[in-house]
Amino acid sequence: MNALTSYLGSKVTPGQAGNQLWALIYVFIIFAGVALTVMWLINWVERKALAHFQVRLGPMRVGPHGLLQPFADALKLMLKEDIIPDEADALVFWVAPVIGLLAAFTVYTVIPFGPSQAVSDMNIGILFMLGVSSLGVLGIVTAGWASNSHYPLIGALRSSAQMVSYEVAMGLAVVSAILMTSLNAQGSGTLSMIGIVRAQQEQHVWFLFKFFPLGLIAFVIFAIAMVAETNRAPFDLPEAESELTAGFHTEYSGLRWSLFMLAEYAAMMAVSAIAVTLWLGGWMHPFPNFLSSPAWEFIFSLFPGLSFAGFAAIAFIGAVRMPSQAFFRIQRAGLAVFAALLGLIALLLLAIAVAGRANDASIASRFREGIDYVYWFLLKIAVFMYLFIWYRATWPRYRFDQLMKVGWKVMLPISLGVLILTAIVGVIF
Amino acid sequence: MVEKYKRQYGSGLDAHTYLGQNYFTVDRSLIPDFLRLLRDDEQFDYCVDITAVHYPKREKQFDVFWILYSFARNERIRVKTQIADGDSLPSSFPIWPTVNWLEREVYDMFGIRFDGHPDLKRILMPDGWKGHPLRKDYDILQQDKEWVQINLGIESGQ
Amino acid sequence: MSDAPMIGKKTTDTKDTPLPNAVPDLATSHLDLETPDKPYLDSNELILNMGPQHPATHGVLRVILKLDGEKVMGTECVIGYLHRGVEKIGENRTYTMFNPYVDRMDYCAAVSNGLGYCEAVEKLLNIEAPERAQYIRVILTELQRLASHQLWLGTHALDIGAMTPLFYTFRDREEILKIFEKYCGARLTTHAFRIGGCQYEIYAGFEKDVKNFLAFFPPKLDEYEALLTGNRIWIERTKNVGVISGKDCIALGVTGPVLRASGVKWDIRKAVPYANYSKFDFEIPVGTNGDTYDRYLVRIAEMRQSLRIVEQAVNGIPEGPIMAKVPKVIKPAVGEIYHSIEAPKGELGYFIVSDGSTQPYRMRVRPPSFVNLQALDVMVRGALVADVVAVIGTFDIVLGEVDR
Repeated sequence: MNALTSYLGSKVTPGQAGNQLWALIYVFIIFAGVALTVMWLINWVERKALAHFQVRLGPMRVGPHGLLQPFADALKLMLKEDIIPDEADALVFWVAPVIGLLAAFTVYTVIPFGPSQAVSDMNIGILFMLGVSSLGVLGIVTAGWASNSHYPLIGALRSSAQMVSYEVAMGLAVVSAILMTSLNAQGSGTLSMIGIVRAQQEQHVWFLFKFFPLGLIAFVIFAIAMVAETNRAPFDLPEAESELTAGFHTEYSGLRWSLFMLAEYAAMMAVSAIAVTLWLGGWMHPFPNFLSSPAWEFIFSLFPGLSFAGFAAIAFIGAVRMPSQAFFRIQRAGLAVFAALLGLIALLLLAIAVAGRANDASIASRFREGIDYVYWFLLKIAVFMYLFIWYRATWPRYRFDQLMKVGWKVMLPISLGVLILTAIVGVIF
Repeated sequence: MVEKYKRQYGSGLDAHTYLGQNYFTVDRSLIPDFLRLLRDDEQFDYCVDITAVHYPKREKQFDVFWILYSFARNERIRVKTQIADGDSLPSSFPIWPTVNWLEREVYDMFGIRFDGHPDLKRILMPDGWKGHPLRKDYDILQQDKEWVQINLGIESGQ
Repeated sequence: MSDAPMIGKKTTDTKDTPLPNAVPDLATSHLDLETPDKPYLDSNELILNMGPQHPATHGVLRVILKLDGEKVMGTECVIGYLHRGVEKIGENRTYTMFNPYVDRMDYCAAVSNGLGYCEAVEKLLNIEAPERAQYIRVILTELQRLASHQLWLGTHALDIGAMTPLFYTFRDREEILKIFEKYCGARLTTHAFRIGGCQYEIYAGFEKDVKNFLAFFPPKLDEYEALLTGNRIWIERTKNVGVISGKDCIALGVTGPVLRASGVKWDIRKAVPYANYSKFDFEIPVGTNGDTYDRYLVRIAEMRQSLRIVEQAVNGIPEGPIMAKVPKVIKPAVGEIYHSIEAPKGELGYFIVSDGSTQPYRMRVRPPSFVNLQALDVMVRGALVADVVAVIGTFDIVLGEVDR
């Protein structure tokens, strides 16, 4: 009990505070939150957004406007027959998606949703993230190998080659951002994720805009490399179906396949989180130093409530506009309930924002702060996820050799150049 | 052009026109040379099609046609020859590479072999098929009855 | 045939009939080997089967690839999965009865098939369809060319990875199919024409519909081009992929947009005009490199030219009968005829041998896709596996036509 309450007043992460119970609670919240978000929200948004790009509607029947479709899909995948190819290595076959999932989810321990809203603030945070996410490659290679068929093997090898080559460019772009953290009075930078965001706060600029255009170029390089890293379009040759090899997950069906997809989406969120932390100011609202008066803080803290209110309004309008046949009544009712739920959440958030507007150490105030941090962080990640979906809808696929050419001949020199230039400019100014 | 070849080949070659379309009827012996001549001298560089027609009651059962087109002259002609069952023809693959699959199809459908073809095997029918479907003595009902008898062990109801 | 039983014999006895899906002995074929007595399968080489069921082969086409790593050393196409014996059927049907079968061959451009067949038989009968019928035929055929090219564009883009143009082109193709449906009742296998002209008079509002379509479509074409023509990834995937020179095209008998993209300016509508095409003013787009990107540009340009033709035609439909005087029982005189048209895929030819009876003695269809597909081997030598898919797409083959 003491362990439970003693942490409540602290302003550090549970890792720092050494509080294992809260660390576990955070882990659980993150895992459940990420899994639910990925499985439900991202899947739904992807299908609907892709459909609207392609002049169609997307899922509409399972739940109002297809909102329950991801649950139906998850249920179906869980109930499917678990097929293991006869010649496949059963143990490795079983282990491969687990490795991928572990690698994808372990990085969430250092993702800073707020200055104290992380499981642990390792002082090698970013290094840990890059390293562990590279382990995902292992999952893919073992999947291709274990399937004992040359299609998945070729796909797995291609995928791993692609991921490894883009990690180099990613790493260099990350290093140039980290260089920027050391441009303070002590001249000491930090690898810790929370430290990087603090550095952006102290230097009064998001690293995206620092030493313009160097920060921007580094960010763009990272943005492209992270799409290649997660095997998403336009770099999704290894898992494309209309190419010869349907990728490393050919032989996987049912729940195992959904584990791969879960790992992919989780990895997408994780690399978006890196991008947001390093260049986009992490959990800070826009103009954190310029507009930092209590009035502005209050206005910015209204955003979570207002956005949920916006969602509630859209859902409500959707419910009103449902066709009035008998078939749609249950959907209309469901959507109205959903709108009401969103509205309640909006009211709750607004209440917290109002109650905690005094910036003191009261519980309401701390709640408000926490919610704000998490909200802005998630909003920026959401922008990236939407970009991922937009890329997939618009562009054709790169051929594998062109992909490797871009990774090695274009990304690598540019990121090296940006790194060197950042170092030089950092020393001069 | 017609006169030149008539003079050259005498009775082995005959030229006709039907409904505005010109065609040569040539002897089988003239075949690869005449076609080569048409390509080289008369610029018929595009072989449009090769087909055959089966007349089972005739002595020389097959009519084999080459339909040729010349880009330079914007002219289309046919070359027709008659061969007997079991005869083979020299392949025109060295003259026009396009006849690769066209000759394979003629072989598949009629059983006319083309000597010198790089890869004469069945193209539309499965590899081990027996019989040549477009011959007039190939009866579809007969094929169906046999298949049913062999595979299902019953009499076909056709 | 009477002596040996068929392929369908009991599986215990397969000694002399190889299983149809066995890897064929490629050593005998045109895939050139460096030395004849070198063992056929090098340890570095892989034989990969792009099987009959594949999302990107546009039908049941089987392509056996001989790969060295990622590079393609040679290919062999195995076709015949969709062989339905249309030519044999033709020998057992009257000329009028055979008309609907013709649509089923190239099912993506049924109207063109019908046009070729009807014109061939009309030539055999030495009759000519009346002016009004010819105009209607031209309008419908050019609309069908647009529809066929749209289908091609959508599926080709999908193979290369761009998912969205598929939906756009299919949405716009709907407008054309609606016109067909209003005209003859069917969208896909239209059976639009009859021997001697058209059976159906154009419906009230046909001209308005076509004119609306002419106004509606060019911005959509620009939309497709905006998505693809300048797209860096599209250009990288299609430029210098599957290059074939004009000379090789002629030698291999390739016709249609593939030939035109390789620089040979030849279109049967201009060279050997049929159905009054000489009355219309249009251009023949020609490419320069003979690669996939040029074929894409040529087909887009062809779509624009088709719009021009339709516009000219719909503005000048003459009055008059739509059927010529055709005898009730069609019995052409003994003789042979070959007639070809410029189908969206290439030169579609009909060679009909008549023996004076009501049924053709030999009904030969010269399919453009069949002859074009031979060039696949030449075009993908040295290319990567991912390019094979792009090149198959760029041929615009329809297996119904390849196999008949």
